[in-house]
Amino acid sequence: MNIPQVRRDPLKRQTRIGSPRRVQDHLTIFLFLLPAFVLFLLLIIYPIFRAVYFSLFNWNGLGPATVFVGLNNFKQILTDQVFMKAVANCLLIVLLSLTIQLPLALMLAIMVGRDLPGRAFFRAIFFMPYVLSEVITAIIWMGLFSPDPERGFINALLVLVPGVHAQNFLGDMNQVLACVFIVLSWKYFGLHMLLYMAGLQNIPKEIEEAAMIDGANRWQTVRNVTIPLLGSTIRTTVLLSVLGSLTQFNLIWIMTRGGPVNASEVMSTYMYRYAFIRFQLGYGSAVALVMLAICLVFSIVYLRLARQPDYLGSI
Amino acid sequence: MVTVYTRKRDVIKKKLPRFFQYLVLSIITLIVLVPIVIMVFGALKTRGEMFAHPYTPPIPAHWENFALILKTPSFWTLLRNSLIVMLGSTLGVLIVCSLASFIFARMQFRGKDLAFNFLTLGLMFPITVAIMPVYLVVRQMHLIDSLLAVILVQTAFGISGNILILRGFFTAIPMELQDAAYIDGCNTFGFFWRILLPLARPALAAIGALTMIVSWNDLLTPLVILNRDTLWTLPLGTMQFQGQYSSDLALTAAFVTLSALPAIIFYLFAERQIVSGLTAGALKG
Repeated sequence: MNIPQVRRDPLKRQTRIGSPRRVQDHLTIFLFLLPAFVLFLLLIIYPIFRAVYFSLFNWNGLGPATVFVGLNNFKQILTDQVFMKAVANCLLIVLLSLTIQLPLALMLAIMVGRDLPGRAFFRAIFFMPYVLSEVITAIIWMGLFSPDPERGFINALLVLVPGVHAQNFLGDMNQVLACVFIVLSWKYFGLHMLLYMAGLQNIPKEIEEAAMIDGANRWQTVRNVTIPLLGSTIRTTVLLSVLGSLTQFNLIWIMTRGGPVNASEVMSTYMYRYAFIRFQLGYGSAVALVMLAICLVFSIVYLRLARQPDYLGSI
Repeated sequence: MVTVYTRKRDVIKKKLPRFFQYLVLSIITLIVLVPIVIMVFGALKTRGEMFAHPYTPPIPAHWENFALILKTPSFWTLLRNSLIVMLGSTLGVLIVCSLASFIFARMQFRGKDLAFNFLTLGLMFPITVAIMPVYLVVRQMHLIDSLLAVILVQTAFGISGNILILRGFFTAIPMELQDAAYIDGCNTFGFFWRILLPLARPALAAIGALTMIVSWNDLLTPLVILNRDTLWTLPLGTMQFQGQYSSDLALTAAFVTLSALPAIIFYLFAERQIVSGLTAGALKG
């Protein structure tokens, strides 16, 4: 069919190169993008390159960096037991988030569903911790986790059970990470639930009903219809959760400072300690770059691998 | 869901899961609310009461803790600094991102995809990762101890996510409107300013509300950039206060409650905007 295409791409207006309109457009594009590019280049991209430079020095921040040590900082980081511990803790938090926090949020979202009376109420309540700052969250939970039953609500409940003693929680090397994870879940499950609920809203009810009519029970419907259709939302929450867990700082720093004895050390607290407490800015830069590399590699690999067919798009 | 019959057995079959659903949701509601409620209770007690009965409702309520904090000038300084930073960052994000998103949604030029992907690189790493490098540059620019630096850094880190959200909203506005505006003699900026922005008001409200929350709660940026306590923001001040008055639990609880209050009130009013901002970002990402 050789019908000449009359209607052009609507975005391409009929303009000739060099015409006043065209020049004006280019000027608009340039001026409109300028602030975003200036800020982004100046405060995100340029700093990263600065950090690459300083990571090659032994530098305490006073005066110019002169003691060039090459890749020594990186070598030191990767052989430091404490840093390895921090990486392991981060990975553990990632693992717990993916296996406990996200499934819990998904389960609650499906449970609230589309039409449960009181849906908006529960959503508003569950999302509230997300709105509280991490400082406030940390202080509230430090109180709850206090080892003294007279001060810590959780221990007050625990000692009511016969034979159970008050626990040290944040002061106990074996419990501290679990406590941190509980607080993280308390604060963030509402966010993930909210995203799942929004995703559910996009799935036509009829598809699930069709599955039920075809004889699938509730669980089979959820497993084989709802969850696959939520694919893109789940992928997003996994990315958010992993990046968040890998770089969590505020809660842990306020509650434990990475202690006791590095038991709750994560990469960001390790970085903060070296860069801003001990003022080893060269070493701190190197740690920041290692974290950045981990995040970038994860994001890129994950986005590549997770690009599955979009079921919802094909409906 | 598909049962049309209303036989008794079916009613029970339908009611039982409902009961179970509400049971689980109520338990979670308790877990979410109890920590917050205990804090508010504590804030309304005297120091002595807090030691004697830490978990009971405060009857009668004592408002002295609040009065004491509200009388200290440093609390108002924290509040003022937080407000300045929040308004500055929100305004910054709104201006910078709506300008850029407009170009990405509405104009054609070579390298557009590349430019867009570049600006959304920030989605791949949270601010914590880059704060150390950012500190180096802020120091180099002699902007340590300036609220402006905090505003600029927060704005810069808001770019990636908000451009993604806003571009989606802007693209959804019909092309015909733009053609009509041009025929009527509008130039590009006129279309952007007089037609697109007013139409996109819900989207702007969504990212505005989201940015306000993020900025209000941000600890790391002010922690790294601000040394002078007269410039501190509320999260920084709260952290400091907790360390200083950790023996007076009631007073600390009152301080924490007061600093949580603005966010909670704001959330209750702007829940719809915050939620739509978050979900738009996640579903488009």
